[in-house]
Amino acid sequence: MTDTLASPNSAPQRRQLKADAAAALLKRRYASERLFKVLGLGALLLTASFLVILLTNIVTKSIPAFSEHVVNLDVVIDPKVVDPEGKRDSATLLAADYASLTRAAIMSAIPGIEGRNPRRALTSLLSSGAADDLRERVVADPSIIGTTIKMPLLFSDDVDLYLKGSSSVTSQENGSSDLTASDVKGDITLTGAEGTFAKLVAQLESENAEVSPETGARLLTPLLPSRLIEINGGLVKLASVTPTTATGTTLIPLTSSGVAKAGSWQLDTYAQPESRRKSSDQDIAFIETLRDKGAIERNFNWRFFTSGDSREAELAGIRGALVGTAWTLLVTLIICLPIGVLAAIYLEEFAPKNKLTDIIEVNINNLAAVPSIVFGLLGLSVFLNFFGLPRSAPLVGGLVLALLVLPTIIIASRAAIKAVPPSIREAAIGLGASHQQAVFHHVLPLAMPGIMTGTIIGMAHALGETAPLLMIGMIAFIVDVPDTMTDAATVLPVQIFLWSDLPEAAFQQRTAAAIVVLLGFLFLMNGAAIWLRNKFERRW
Amino acid sequence: MSILKQASTAALVAASVIAFSGAAVARDQIRIVGSSTVYPFTTAVAEQFGKAGGKTPIVESTGTGGGMKIFCEGVGVDKADATNASRRMKKSEYEMCAKNGVTDIVELKVGIDGLTVARLKGAEPIKMSRKQIFQALAEQVPDKDGKLIANPYKMWSEIDASLPAVKIEVLGPPPTSGTRDSFHELFMEKGAEGFDTLKALKDSDAKAFEKVWKSIRKDGAFVEAGENDNVIVQKLEGNKDAFGIFGYSFLEENTAKLEGVQVEGVEPNYDNISSGKYKGARELYVYVKKQHVGVIPGLDKFVAEYVSEKALGEDGYLSKKGLVSLPKEATDKMRDGAIAMAVLKGDELK
Repeated sequence: MTDTLASPNSAPQRRQLKADAAAALLKRRYASERLFKVLGLGALLLTASFLVILLTNIVTKSIPAFSEHVVNLDVVIDPKVVDPEGKRDSATLLAADYASLTRAAIMSAIPGIEGRNPRRALTSLLSSGAADDLRERVVADPSIIGTTIKMPLLFSDDVDLYLKGSSSVTSQENGSSDLTASDVKGDITLTGAEGTFAKLVAQLESENAEVSPETGARLLTPLLPSRLIEINGGLVKLASVTPTTATGTTLIPLTSSGVAKAGSWQLDTYAQPESRRKSSDQDIAFIETLRDKGAIERNFNWRFFTSGDSREAELAGIRGALVGTAWTLLVTLIICLPIGVLAAIYLEEFAPKNKLTDIIEVNINNLAAVPSIVFGLLGLSVFLNFFGLPRSAPLVGGLVLALLVLPTIIIASRAAIKAVPPSIREAAIGLGASHQQAVFHHVLPLAMPGIMTGTIIGMAHALGETAPLLMIGMIAFIVDVPDTMTDAATVLPVQIFLWSDLPEAAFQQRTAAAIVVLLGFLFLMNGAAIWLRNKFERRW
Repeated sequence: MSILKQASTAALVAASVIAFSGAAVARDQIRIVGSSTVYPFTTAVAEQFGKAGGKTPIVESTGTGGGMKIFCEGVGVDKADATNASRRMKKSEYEMCAKNGVTDIVELKVGIDGLTVARLKGAEPIKMSRKQIFQALAEQVPDKDGKLIANPYKMWSEIDASLPAVKIEVLGPPPTSGTRDSFHELFMEKGAEGFDTLKALKDSDAKAFEKVWKSIRKDGAFVEAGENDNVIVQKLEGNKDAFGIFGYSFLEENTAKLEGVQVEGVEPNYDNISSGKYKGARELYVYVKKQHVGVIPGLDKFVAEYVSEKALGEDGYLSKKGLVSLPKEATDKMRDGAIAMAVLKGDELK
């Protein structure tokens, strides 16, 4: 009856132990699986968050570039400027000085501006593109010569940036007592009751503003926040302040001198000192005056998609690069699709399996990993120097990129052909088809979705390349949109590279916008690849 | 099958296009290669030239050295007409040109590019001498006895008490960049000459001296931030203690945020660079093949546009793009030479 005594080695206990061990093991296995799942999910989330950060950064930066600011002004199309002899021929119309007309238009929008520098500041608010737009309009319809038309005139990039709010913040305060202006233009004095400017003087004191030794007034230098007074329809930039009087320069002439009632004048403060921003007080005064008149409008920036490159940020567009990309990819596709597919068919279906084909296979795989700049060097020495093809041409770019993409397409096509079950071939051959007929009539159509997917991914790769294009001269400033595949052209990633290197802040936004367009194309192409695969892929 | 047929036909067409376009054809568009530093200015001139009725020239950004190679390949419609350079042509390059038949070269000294050391705007403007910059960045510096030792300075204040007590951290261009070459020549070489022992070394062993000013420390105080000056500007925005090295046009464009270090007590601004008071400045050049004038339509007009008052003058459109023009007499002299197409002589070069 010893069995009834609980010995450590009794069968149920052993079973129990075994079950405990198994349970522990099971627990560990579950734990390990959970850990793997968590790590996997973590890796995915980390990658996703990087992607989200990257995308939000680029997209938010790019948004300003998709709009542009214009000012709607009355433009007098003076026949004396445009067509003095009244011939209305296109050569005269094209060569006329339209910039003088747009200058006159903006000068009449803010009348009374005198002095060379203020006038220059006012006229240079407009982009040189404004005159180009006017020229286009007059040449298209010469009957408007001699009339006055209302048309939107494009602002320069700095004005555009100011209006898009990357500049200073302002605060505004109503005047507490009456204020008298000594004049309407030039340097003027504003006199108020005792203590009119007491608060401002206290502020200036806390900002350590210099004190004039003669008058004891606080001096406003460009290193301090700017203070401007809106009075009698004009704008005065303060230069020195005492508690009762202030002197300054009129940025916008006053409509009348004399007394402005308390509450009818304002003190504006631009927190950012003038020396620390791109737009001067004078520029801002002009822009705000135009804005108060309701003349400024924000439009969608079609120009970005319809014009070629330019050194003026507000005029630069991606059309040249897009067309160049299209030509280049067309050449690439025409060259590498047939060659790649035929090579894959031969290697997979017809080539004898021997040392030679092994070497070829290894080399194709190697070629897929060669740094892309090497293909550029090859293009330079073979296509440019030996064949004498033109520099910067999409034809050469396409050839170079075709070499780059070819291995990818061959590898993808071979995989697709290999995935077609042998029974298809055997059935075709069994019914009397030749090997070639079996391949071209039966295997190839079934492998087509895989080949297409590989091709599209290869083309997307080519779409993003810049390095091989450096050597063959496609990293260049090209204004004209290419008409043929031998015209000089550049491609989208190169345009991004070139813009990113320019100093103007507005070009940084253009760069982001061009990246968004490029990403959009990549997304479309890769999406098409997935769609093709899902739609046509057959499983056996 | 029909897809395949079409594709192969297309390939044949493409192949024949290659075969036919091999023949050189007359060109009506000016082609310019060269420095990425001069690129923003030459492109602006090219655009104006195009707007005035000519065909807009193509301007490639290949770097000064790469541009010289392409420029000196020879004379003919398939060769470049002009090259941008952020330094003067070297004698060896002139000889290479001459060997390939490019004998008549017109040199345009278009302006000056200030090389600035800058940082985020702080309370106090910072003044540095080139000697101090050398001490901060050279791999080897002389100790008290003049013996070369590995750079011991970790903080700016260790070099000189007037400098801020922050870690030395300078973002600059990589060695492949022309800006980096200029930085060595303008700041490091001159800084090294500030030491008597190194000056003596220059006379006794020029090679060893060159090694001293051409070596930058590799312990993390100098960070190679890439060819793109905008990247350096962006990195400075996130780091108030770091300094960056880049061209004056980038400083001018970012005056709202950045401030240039005063070198030898001179602030980097337009007037100081133009007059030559600011020491960290280099001249920018464009070289034009005279042999192409009359062959490539508009080349002489393009040169005239480049040197015109409207472009190069004090209020010209190039100064708006950040190019600092030479003093007036120098510009006038250069303009006369350019209009007359005076040819560069090899013995003027180094």
